[in-house]
Amino acid sequence: MFLWRIMKDDRGGQILLALLALSIVLVPILNSLPPDSALYLPTYTVTLIGKYLTLALLAVAVDLVWGYLGILTLGHGAFFALGGYAMGMYLMRQIGDRGVYGNPELPDFMVFLNWQELPWFWQGFDQFWFAAIMVMLAPGVLAFVFGALAFRSRVSGVYLSIITQALTFALMLAFYRNEMGFGGNNGLTDFKDLLGFSLQSDSTRIGLFIASALALAFAYLLCRYLMQSRLGRVCVAVRDAESRARFMGYRVENVKLWIFTISAMIAGVAGALYVPQVGIINPNEFSPLNSIEVVVWVAVGGRATLYGAVVGALVINYAKSYFTAELPDIWLFALGGLFVLVTLLLPRGITGLLRPKEAV
Amino acid sequence: MSLQSTMAEVLDRDHVFSFMAPQSAANLNVEKNVLLYLEGISVSFDGFKAINDLNLYINDGELRCIIGPNGAGKTTMMDIITGKTRPDSGAAWFGQTINLLDMDEPAIAQAGIGRKFQKPTVFEYLTVFENLELAMAGDRAVLRILGARISGEQRDRLDEVIDLIGLKELPQMRAGSLSHGQKQWLEIGMLLMQQPRLLLVDEPVAGMTHQEMDRTAELLTSLAGKHSVVVVEHDMDFVRSLAGKDRTVTVLHQGSVLAEGRMEQVQNNRKVVEVYLGE
Ligand SMILES: Nc1ncnc2c1ncn2[C@@H]1O[C@H](COP(=O)(O)OP(=O)(O)O)[C@@H](O)[C@H]1O
Ligand SMILES: [Mg+2]
Repeated sequence: MFLWRIMKDDRGGQILLALLALSIVLVPILNSLPPDSALYLPTYTVTLIGKYLTLALLAVAVDLVWGYLGILTLGHGAFFALGGYAMGMYLMRQIGDRGVYGNPELPDFMVFLNWQELPWFWQGFDQFWFAAIMVMLAPGVLAFVFGALAFRSRVSGVYLSIITQALTFALMLAFYRNEMGFGGNNGLTDFKDLLGFSLQSDSTRIGLFIASALALAFAYLLCRYLMQSRLGRVCVAVRDAESRARFMGYRVENVKLWIFTISAMIAGVAGALYVPQVGIINPNEFSPLNSIEVVVWVAVGGRATLYGAVVGALVINYAKSYFTAELPDIWLFALGGLFVLVTLLLPRGITGLLRPKEAV
Repeated sequence: MSLQSTMAEVLDRDHVFSFMAPQSAANLNVEKNVLLYLEGISVSFDGFKAINDLNLYINDGELRCIIGPNGAGKTTMMDIITGKTRPDSGAAWFGQTINLLDMDEPAIAQAGIGRKFQKPTVFEYLTVFENLELAMAGDRAVLRILGARISGEQRDRLDEVIDLIGLKELPQMRAGSLSHGQKQWLEIGMLLMQQPRLLLVDEPVAGMTHQEMDRTAELLTSLAGKHSVVVVEHDMDFVRSLAGKDRTVTVLHQGSVLAEGRMEQVQNNRKVVEVYLGE
């Protein structure tokens, strides 16, 4: 069977998928228990886990290009944010005339800016299917154009990392501007409902959690499918000896372009699922620091395993929630320290402790 | 390719991207029985002429040994043939019809020129089997390699080559864990899988024992005929055993051909003795 073929050599992935399936069943049940029950899972926690899963999805996207293909992307937050904005635009249009200004057509911030009509690039976002396409298309097109320029010019290594940082930084500055038409530094917020379901209701939040878990599982299988194929082995070949792969007849730039674009689209989906769960998207999501943080998650979890990226994202974000609540001052130091420790002591990440030593 | 020209291409409406265009180069034509032409090739690095008006012709099916002291430009010559380095002037043709100077590395490789590097380069993280699998001749388009499966015929060929390069016991071993000599052999095996018309082999016996050297010589000679083979080597004993009595040997010195002929003639050439053999 197809699924068995792609998953049979991936213990970590099997466990991950099993846990995701289990959570999809258990979370709604635990949430429906009476609040005084010991096992009761508050909706707040459900949404928190749902949010972590979308970040894990972003980490999987980064592992695909960094772990397997060796492209140290420090700009994947941009694709995540674009997906988030596409979803945010749909959610804004869903508000309709329930905004503060009660304008049926224009979102509040446009009324505030005295705009008379909806800009052309907001057209269509009242339709969910259109927004859903844009969630993948916008990051995909950006990644494709960026990749076509960078990979064909054979920009690689540190230089590529720097221009990915520049990309997300430039987008952040652009999205801060009110004239861009994306709500400036306030971003998009005050969402009311999604596909007609109120975002405040427990069932919608459970639904978003399940959607996040499914998206992670589906993306995991997709990445696994890509990476266990011959294409995946070519990726590893490119990562370890790029010019050798070229002399063998492989068009390295095309391999990179495909994988990079797919990865950006996955990141876009992650952003789109993240936004309704946190209730806001603003230009800070483009912050270069965010993209760097994702790379740290992947490094801590273990590169080139996919499930390591998930583990890293979950562990660090859980730690982040804890630290920023209890000891907000030392979070960044803890993160930096963890990164240094893992790089020095556990080059294969924390999941590397559980894997048998590979002879390399 | 500069960022600027790429930008111009992306912005050009009618531009057909190379990854969309069919990638069939002109067909190889060896009517004149010559497989490789290098004519008047020169290249300099920061003013230093690494290759200086080099002329070299390789016949179809020939096994050619190229010797020359360190820094003579042997590796640079291979870099030019395989598209890694652009010469400042000159012409390089593969058969009558294929202009190598118009092509990049993957196109040249797909046209049928394979290369073994001086320092063995295998994909260390992949297994012996996977290294050979990737080298195997076939369509290299992204979607094709995504769906690629090994056919029965291909598996036989893979097993045959693994046997030939003496790694029968180790197909699942990571290439990174092989010894230096085994990596050399694996890389030769990868060339065999690629089935190029022209094999460029840069110092294949470095780090090999005498016994391994003999086997390598045997293998390379057996390839001649069906493929053309160009071997660059330092080790004179090895070249002697490869060239035998009647193969051509070319001596390279300071980026151009110093002498060419049978091993015997070359060895007795005064100029050659001066710069190389008499060292
Ligand atoms: N990319 C390069 N940049 C500068 N100098 C180079 C480069 N490649 C080769 N050279 C020089 O060109 C000369 C020929 O080198 P090479 O072709 O490697 O010689 P060989 O393989 O015969 O030992 C050497 O002096 C080397 O230093
Ligand atoms: Mg050399």
